Amino acid sequence: MVEAPVVSERRSPEVVARENGLTITAATKTFATPEGTEVHALDHVDLQIRDGEFFVMLGPSGCGKTTLLRSIAGLETLDSGEIYLGRDRIDDRPAHARPVNTVFQSYALFPHLTVAQNIAFGLQMDKLPAAQVAERVAQMLTLVRLDGLGGRRPAQLSGGQQQRVALARALAKQPRVLLLDEPLAALDLKLRRGMQDELRRLQRTTGITFVFVTHDQEEALSLGDRIAVFSDGRPAQVGTPEEVYERPVNRFVADFIGDTTFLTVPVRTDGDAQVVQVAGGPAVRLTAPAPVAADGTTTLAVRPERLVLDGSAPPIATGTLAELVYMGTDLRIRVALADGTSLAVRVSPPFEGLALRPGATVTVGAAPEHLRPLAVEQA
Amino acid sequence: MSVAAAQPDTAPPAGSTAAVGGTAARARRRGSTPGRLPWYASLPALVIAALFTLGPLAVVIAFSFMTRPASGGGVVYEFSTDAYRSFLFTKNFVGDLVFNPTYLKVFWTSLEQATITTLVCLVLSFPLALWIATRPPRLQTLLMLAVTIPFWTNLLVRTYAWILVLAKDGVVNRLSTALGLGPLELLYTPMAGQLGLIYTFLPFMVLPIYSSLAGFDFRLAEAAYDLGARKATVVRRIIWPLARPGVVSGVLLVFIPALGSYVQPVLLGGGKVLLIGNLIAAQFGDSRNWPFGAALSVIILVLLALALLGVRWWSKRTGTTVSLSL
Repeated sequence: MVEAPVVSERRSPEVVARENGLTITAATKTFATPEGTEVHALDHVDLQIRDGEFFVMLGPSGCGKTTLLRSIAGLETLDSGEIYLGRDRIDDRPAHARPVNTVFQSYALFPHLTVAQNIAFGLQMDKLPAAQVAERVAQMLTLVRLDGLGGRRPAQLSGGQQQRVALARALAKQPRVLLLDEPLAALDLKLRRGMQDELRRLQRTTGITFVFVTHDQEEALSLGDRIAVFSDGRPAQVGTPEEVYERPVNRFVADFIGDTTFLTVPVRTDGDAQVVQVAGGPAVRLTAPAPVAADGTTTLAVRPERLVLDGSAPPIATGTLAELVYMGTDLRIRVALADGTSLAVRVSPPFEGLALRPGATVTVGAAPEHLRPLAVEQA
Repeated sequence: MSVAAAQPDTAPPAGSTAAVGGTAARARRRGSTPGRLPWYASLPALVIAALFTLGPLAVVIAFSFMTRPASGGGVVYEFSTDAYRSFLFTKNFVGDLVFNPTYLKVFWTSLEQATITTLVCLVLSFPLALWIATRPPRLQTLLMLAVTIPFWTNLLVRTYAWILVLAKDGVVNRLSTALGLGPLELLYTPMAGQLGLIYTFLPFMVLPIYSSLAGFDFRLAEAAYDLGARKATVVRRIIWPLARPGVVSGVLLVFIPALGSYVQPVLLGGGKVLLIGNLIAAQFGDSRNWPFGAALSVIILVLLALALLGVRWWSKRTGTTVSLSL
C-alpha cells in the first residue's frame, strides 16, 4: 500500500472510539472465488452509525453489505480493520459476547422449539431467572403482536408471523444494535409494506440502533434515517434518503436509486456560470458546479418526475413522444430528442386534458437545479 | 426393516372416489393412473419377501414348538413347549423343574456387550459425523467414502485382520515390546471381542447421524451464536436435538445386530464368554438341540419387537420421525 494523503483524512481509531454509536474503520475482507481469483467483499470501509439511528445499507448483491453486517455480528472475521461500539472494540470478540443481535434473512428459527422457547433462548443464554425470562417473552410477544401464539412451533406460523418471531427473539436481549439482513425479502409486497411500518414503529418504541441491509431502494428510502449506498465493497455515498436521492454523488448511486436519465452534453462557461444545451435546445445555466471532461462535456442526471411537458418549467429540449405507458398513479413517457437520446418523463395526475399521444411533438421543461451534474467517472 | 412414525397413506375408501365421479375416478379404479402400477406389479417383491423373510421366520417359529429327536439334530413334528421351558428351568435329579438362570445370564451378558458397543459407537460417531458434516461438500463425499470402505471387504476377512493386529506377535505387541512395555494379552479376551463389535458397527452409527446432520441448516447454529450461545451450548441445545432421529436409527442399527453378534466374540474373544449368538449357533451345531435354538431366536425376536414398539411410541409422542435406513 502506498501511504496516500487519503489515509491522513481518516480519523484515528482512538479519536473515533471516544464517540458514541457503531464505528467501523478500514474494514477489509477478501474472499477467494472458486476460480482462484479474489473478491474484495469489503474494501477499507469507514462508517459511523449513530445511536438510535435506523441505518440502511443498500446495494446490489455482492456489494459487501451483508458481509459487513455479518462482521458486526461476529459471524464473519475481518481481514483487517476495527469495529467499535461506543468506546469498546468488538471485532475481536466472539459472536456470543457482542451486544448485538441479528434478524436473519431465512429467520433461522429453531424448528424444535416453540415460539416462546425461541424468544427465551437468548435470555436463557444470559442466565436470567426463569420468572424474568417468562415476563420478557410475554412482553416481546405483545410487542410484535403475537399474543397467544407462544405455544406454537415455527412451522405452524405464516411467513409474516415467523418474521415477527425472529424480530422478537433478537429484540428480547435488548441489544445495543439490531442487525437485519434483508428480513423482508421473502415476504410478498403487501406484507412487506406492513412489516416496514412495523419495523419503523419497533425502532421508535425501543430506541435501539437498527442496521438494515436491503437491495430494495424503495425499502431503503422509506425506512432509513440514513442510507449507505454500497458499490464494490465500499459505501459510495452515505446520507439521508433525500440526499442520496436528490444529490447522488456519482452515476452508480443515481442509477441505483430511482429512475434516472443520464445526459452527456457539451458545457461552456458564460461569465461565472456554466451553460449547457440539451440536444440543441435552449441554453440552460447550471446551478451547481459541473466537472468538465477532457472532451468538453459534462454528464447530467435527470429524474423523470422532475421533467414536465405542460410548460410549467423553463424548456430544455424538444422531441417526439416515442412511448406512453399508463401506470395508474402516473404516466411513463419516453421522449426521443433530436440527437437520438431518449428522455424518461413521468407525468402525475390529473391526466385529463393532456394532449399526449405517441408521435406528438413535445417540449420538455425542467427547473435548472434538477439538471444535476455528476462527478466524472474514472475509466 | 423400517419403523416409520408417520402413518402410511391409507387409500381412501372406495365410496369417496365414486363421490368425486368423472373419468379420473374411473381411471383410478382401472389402475391406469399415470405412474401407478397395478397391484400384481409388486408380485416379485412379495414372492421374495415371502421366500427369504417370512418363510425362514415361520420355520424358526414352528421348530421352536417341536420336539427334539432322541439323537442327532433336526426336529420331531410333535407339539411341545419344552424348548421355552428349558430357557428358564431345568429338571433336577428327582425330575422336578427348578429355576435355572444360566441362559438369562447369557442374555444379560449379551445385552451388556451390545449396550457398551452402542454407547461407545455413539460417543465416537457423533463428533465424527458432526465434523464431517461441517466440511466442504467435496471433502464430505470423500470422508463418507472412507467411512464405507470397510463394507467393501468381507466381515470375516476384516475380523482375521484384527487377529493379526492383536495377536501375540501382532502389530500392537511388537510396538509395545519395542517400547519396552512387553507383550500384552490382547487376543482372545472379552475386550478384544468388544473391540471387534465396536469396529464392525461404527459405520452403522456414523452414517445415519451424518445424514441427519448433513441436512442440518447451519444458519441455525449461527443464530444461536448470535443469541449468546457458546459452541458447547449450540451442540447441546440446537444440533443434538435436531440430529436425534439419526441418533435413534443409529442406535437401533448398532444395538440389534450387536445383540445377536456371533463372529467377533468367537474369533476375537476366543468364545470364552457365552453370548446369545454363540448359544444359538451351538444349539444348531454341537448341542443338536434345534427346538431350543429356534426358541432362543424367537425370544430375541420378541424382545427386539418390543423395543421397536417402544421406539415407535416415543417417536409418536415426541413427533420425531425415525427411519431405519442407511
